[in-house]
Amino acid sequence: MTLLLRDRRGAFGTLVLLVVILCALFAPLVTSGDPAAQRDIVATRFVPPLSTDAHGQFHALGTDRFGRDVWTRLVYGARVSLGVGVVAVLLSIVLGVLIGAVAGFWRGPISLTLLGITDFALALPRLVLLLLLAALWQPSTALVIAVLGLTGWMSVARLVHAEVRALAVRPFVEGARAVGARQLRVLSRHILPNALTPVIVAAALGVGNAITLEAGLSYLGLGVQPPTPSWGNMITSGRDVLVNAPWVAIAPGVALALVVVACTLLGDALRDLLDPSVRRSP
Amino acid sequence: MLARLAHRLLAGFAVVLGVVTLTFVLLHAAPGDPVELMLGPTATGEQLAAQRRAFGLDRPMPEQFTRWVSRFAQGDWGSSIAKGRPVRTILGDAWPATVRLVALSLVLSYLLGLFVGALQAARSRSRTDTVLSVATVTLFALPGYWLALMLVLVFTYWARWLPAFGASGLDAEYLSSGARLMDQLRHLALPLATLTLIGVGGAARFVRGAMLDTLSQPYITTARAKGLAPRHVIGRHALRNALTPVVTLLGLSLPALFSGAVFIEAVFAWPGVGRVLVEAVQARDYPVVMAATAVSAVLVVAGNLLADVLAAWLDPRVRTAPPA
Repeated sequence: MTLLLRDRRGAFGTLVLLVVILCALFAPLVTSGDPAAQRDIVATRFVPPLSTDAHGQFHALGTDRFGRDVWTRLVYGARVSLGVGVVAVLLSIVLGVLIGAVAGFWRGPISLTLLGITDFALALPRLVLLLLLAALWQPSTALVIAVLGLTGWMSVARLVHAEVRALAVRPFVEGARAVGARQLRVLSRHILPNALTPVIVAAALGVGNAITLEAGLSYLGLGVQPPTPSWGNMITSGRDVLVNAPWVAIAPGVALALVVVACTLLGDALRDLLDPSVRRSP
Repeated sequence: MLARLAHRLLAGFAVVLGVVTLTFVLLHAAPGDPVELMLGPTATGEQLAAQRRAFGLDRPMPEQFTRWVSRFAQGDWGSSIAKGRPVRTILGDAWPATVRLVALSLVLSYLLGLFVGALQAARSRSRTDTVLSVATVTLFALPGYWLALMLVLVFTYWARWLPAFGASGLDAEYLSSGARLMDQLRHLALPLATLTLIGVGGAARFVRGAMLDTLSQPYITTARAKGLAPRHVIGRHALRNALTPVVTLLGLSLPALFSGAVFIEAVFAWPGVGRVLVEAVQARDYPVVMAATAVSAVLVVAGNLLADVLAAWLDPRVRTAPPA
């Protein structure tokens, strides 16, 4: 952990994520009032950032067209966006590593079937699936998590499969076999630890990606439904008032970018930490 | 090698068939009826039934499916229920716009990404590396449609330089060919810039990672120890080996790129296949959805196959590995 914090990228990523997570957890303490509160729409709408509305209330990030405080909505939206991203990626990593490792290690019908499923899932047009699913069931947070998790594991599986396959013919694996290690032990102790480096990077990128995709779905109206604030539907509501009140769209976008950058940098730092060969390289 | 290729082709064909079947089932399971949507709420039961019979929608599900498959394979893609135009015409009008956008941004972002990533890896831990890392990470992190909105805000609303909607101006038909080309390029600028900027971030980061992995291999140390010029070590020895995962990623990123393009098409009102697809799903326009899905599935499978072949060509270890 100290090593991680000594890395500038790790320190930055940890700091940003910590601040965002704390803000999301203690949302009532760092904001004033309800994210959906609309008090006096005419008097309080489109207040620019860092100014005070007609009722004497200060808005650090301004208000949207219903006079709702953008900062408050941003903080409550963090709960939704972060939660969805993390849970969806966990789901896809677990699935991807399992399928990729098994397919890469045991050649034959199992491998062929799993690779077939992976190719099949990859070839499914994600968006058509999402549109259809949104038509079949009411769009909801749980549905978004399930869809993102179930459509995100294939790249992890492919990466793990390629790594495992390449590693399986390396001399040290032959060595492990020669010493008499059993199949499962060879896979879990000798191959997988060496194959996980790209997965860590993929996970870090994946969290950012999932948060972005959740926002994208909300943007198309298929994700988290208003008035619950998510960063995606906040950007959507800002799209219509882009010229008059650009801050409504800019604030959630910047927050989103900041969190995704933090996830990515943290992933990079972890990767260097876990892979000694990269650390020692010039 | 050839046997493996034939095998993969067969598998690819099965994938496409599976995708089409799943789409068909989901589409028909989803609530909503294209005929009701087309005729409106005032239609009588008899009218609905007659129209359904005309479209063959009253037949049993398996029969409808096999009929669609055999006709599709023969090149008869049917007509749109909502618009009445042949599906081939609708898709034929829409594909070029999407392919132009996606192919250009793919080429641009991977060329730029290769250059930036290799430069970063070669100058690892230098100030150049840090600055470029911050830049690529930020680009990668930006949601596409948000970046698109910001570009529109800056270049269309504030600077008033570039158009933000459609693929050509309203007066396009009256322009000389030179001016028309200029007009198309100006319309292409913002969507292409959005997709490319996002793509460069991801590509450069991946190339940098793959290059650093390769550079830590013993044979690179050997090459350096032989006294080869750093340029040669990077260009000949490292880059080529780092290309294998990059090429795999390229194949994998194709469907994501198409999905991303759907968002960008939505923001810029780009007349591509994404817009056609979204409209068709909403209208339950079965023939259009089925054909668009089938074509995009074929493209995705072909992209993956191409990536595999390229990877085998670049890396003899993959080529000579005994077939699975």
